[in-house]
Amino acid sequence: MKHILSILLENEAGALSRVVGLFSARGYNIDSLTVSTTEDPTLSRMTIVTHGSDDVIEQITKQLNKLIEVVKVIDLNESEHIERELMLIKVRATGKEREEMKRMADIFRGRIIDVTEKTYTIELTGTTEKLGAFIEAIDRAVILETVRTGASGIGRGERILKI
Amino acid sequence: MQISGAEILVRSLQEEGAEYIFGYPGGAVLEIYDAIFRQNQFKHVLVRHEQAAIHAADAYSRSSDKVGIALVTSGPGATNAVTGIATAYMDSIPLVVISGQVATPAIGMDAFQEVDMVGITRPCVKHNFLVKDIKDLAETIKKAFYIAKTGRPGPVVVDIPKDVTQALAEFAYPDSVHIRSYLPVTRGHPGQIKKAVGLLMGAKRPYIYVGGGAVQGGAAAEVTELVRSLGLPCTNTLMGLGAYPGSDPQFLGMLGMHGTYEANMAMQNCDVLIAIGARFDDRVISVPEHFLSSPKKIVHIDVDPSSIAKRVKVDVPIVGDVKHVLKEMLELIRASGERPDAAALADWWQQIEAWRSRDCLLYKPSSEFIKPQSVVQALYEITGGNAIVTSDVGQHQMWAAQYYKFDRPKQWLNSGGLGTMGFGLPAAMGAQLANPDATVACITGEGSIQMNIQELSTCKQYHTPVKVISLNNRYLGMVRQWQEFFYGTRYSESYMDALPDFVKIAEAYGHVGMKIESPADVEPALREAFSAKLKERLVFMDFRTDQSENVFPMIRNGKGLDQMDLPPHMREDDAPPANRDYGNLC
Ligand SMILES: Cc1cc2nc3c(=O)[nH]c(=O)nc-3n(C[C@H](O)[C@H](O)[C@H](O)COP(=O)(O)OP(=O)(O)OC[C@H]3O[C@@H](n4cnc5c(N)ncnc54)[C@H](O)[C@@H]3O)c2cc1C
Ligand SMILES: Cc1ncc(C[n+]2csc(CCOP(=O)(O)OP(=O)(O)O)c2C)c(N)n1
Ligand SMILES: [Mg+2]
Repeated sequence: MKHILSILLENEAGALSRVVGLFSARGYNIDSLTVSTTEDPTLSRMTIVTHGSDDVIEQITKQLNKLIEVVKVIDLNESEHIERELMLIKVRATGKEREEMKRMADIFRGRIIDVTEKTYTIELTGTTEKLGAFIEAIDRAVILETVRTGASGIGRGERILKI
Repeated sequence: MQISGAEILVRSLQEEGAEYIFGYPGGAVLEIYDAIFRQNQFKHVLVRHEQAAIHAADAYSRSSDKVGIALVTSGPGATNAVTGIATAYMDSIPLVVISGQVATPAIGMDAFQEVDMVGITRPCVKHNFLVKDIKDLAETIKKAFYIAKTGRPGPVVVDIPKDVTQALAEFAYPDSVHIRSYLPVTRGHPGQIKKAVGLLMGAKRPYIYVGGGAVQGGAAAEVTELVRSLGLPCTNTLMGLGAYPGSDPQFLGMLGMHGTYEANMAMQNCDVLIAIGARFDDRVISVPEHFLSSPKKIVHIDVDPSSIAKRVKVDVPIVGDVKHVLKEMLELIRASGERPDAAALADWWQQIEAWRSRDCLLYKPSSEFIKPQSVVQALYEITGGNAIVTSDVGQHQMWAAQYYKFDRPKQWLNSGGLGTMGFGLPAAMGAQLANPDATVACITGEGSIQMNIQELSTCKQYHTPVKVISLNNRYLGMVRQWQEFFYGTRYSESYMDALPDFVKIAEAYGHVGMKIESPADVEPALREAFSAKLKERLVFMDFRTDQSENVFPMIRNGKGLDQMDLPPHMREDDAPPANRDYGNLC
């Protein structure tokens, strides 16, 4: 099953490679990974989307916690959470495709952020599934380029991940 | 006053109470070696290969309560150290390894003797640091020692660029460190501890399974009290040997792949298992599904949450330091005055004694060939069971574990998790330096000893009079055994041809060499080697042992704890293993 792990870690050189190294060394999957500093510049927040059985996810969480630079780990799937991913997608948009593409972007609440005579670049946020659905919904042949950030996640309501 | 980074390092090591550091110089650490030259608080031991420096520091730690310290240069010095570091990591041994690095501006430039030490060692250290600023140096050393020895111990590498060792700064050593992202637990959860005691009291077939965590955690006294006060049977893993006295009747011997019949049968058939600082290794419980197919309740005490429920789901996990947790368990037991069902326990012991009476470690004596087991037994007798014993890896290691009864923790030093051939001799050296008055013996094989035989030279220089007991079967015996059992006796590359004259080698290094070829000579030779006359000498004993001997019992890959290959006298068919059908395993 898909899990979204939220990790608070020291904002130090090498911390990221420890996390990534752990996944490859132990044969765990990384479906996506995002990381950036937080409001506290000494801390980074990382979101890893992974999948595996409950036992595997439990081991991943424990192994992450064991890394000296990791401050906290939570599995967002354990309760209500919000997940967002950003996608930038460049599509061919000529002739009547142009109108159709604009319409699709609107349906998915995307924004066209760059326009040329032949292309649109669309910005889209949502769950990983929603972005996937957009790609499914449009004609594959018109996609020129996609860039996805991977999911970021945050707990709903009062639940926070902080020191 | 400002001092150099090298001096800061040396002062920091002094602050940590360093007595010995093991190392080898080179360009990147010359500044540090100069600072070492100008101090006399700790001694430096110059090994002959960096791998040996790490093993020696490792065994120095394994045989004492201190953190081992090693120092190597950048590049090849650093990579030579990696096997040693991985060895310590797998067995959870606290080490601080200082490696030199090229100067910071040269990092990433493919500079002379540059390797990414932090990157190379990342998967085999508890933690590592690259110190880029001299201002961080003292605190980093403090952190390194703190991380190495707290929680689940392990090696920590501190990589120091040459310019940092040359820069100047004020020296102030922190009294303590706080790392907000590293807060190891010590006390176990009281509710869980209570549950554990409850389970134990309700047991009909209780069993205590003790591992290296009890040795490292200094909990032998608590383990012994728990086992004795309730009259329970106890087993130790290869790493746990000595945590419970090996000569005690409540001890069933080591368990696992080459464990005793009774220890393995009890492991499979117990109904309540208390695992103490042991990690359900694959060489111990073999196949988890088979192990769990006989229903049992399991309590698992471990300081590392990731050791719990890794291979086996347990009923009562207790995250905490063994010593603390056991103390609290003992208090609860004392306060309640409860004991497990006496009649059931008596039945259980009767069953265990029946297993034990089959005498699985019996072997056929020979007047023609030296039986390797008999050498270990004689060593045990002659050293009064008191020696610190190190070993290498192979059949001899298993015979050492099976036939030398370790009564004290930290008396048996071997590479269990990584299984590193070449560990034994440098380890003996490190143990002797940590325990100058102790008798130290290294049980080795002719294959393993040659992986770090150059350390005979270091032993000469630092007067470490260890006794090398080489069980020379002219084979990579453990490999040969598997080839006999599982590969139709095709002994591919497991025969050691062109062996050197070990007596001459020993003598060339300035030691005493002995070659023992007849069973009748085993005891007298050992007596001589361990006599007062040779107390101050390193004696290399080359025992020509029976080449065909195998280690029994043995659990083959894919088999369960109660499905051991038994020694000939316990087998009904009594056919040699080679002629039996071993299927298509391994
Ligand atoms: C040729 C060969 C054959 C082998 N055959 C066998 C065999 O037959 N039987 C056998 O047992 N092994 C055998 N081994 C060794 C095996 O590979 C493992 O190294 C060993 O079984 C692990 O021992 P352990 O479970 O005690 O764990 P260790 O590796 O000693 O780990 C200790 C555990 O205790 C925990 N711990 C550490 N400190 C504390 C503390 N203070 N408080 C609480 N917990 C703590 C750690 O987190 C860890 O989980 C063999 C090795 C070789 C090379
Ligand atoms: C560095 C290293 N290389 C290879 C092995 C695989 N191996 C395990 S036991 C063994 C044979 C050891 O031979 P020897 O030291 O003569 O001991 P014996 O088994 O004959 O007692 C080998 C090659 C290992 N454990 N370590
Ligand atoms: Mg051999």
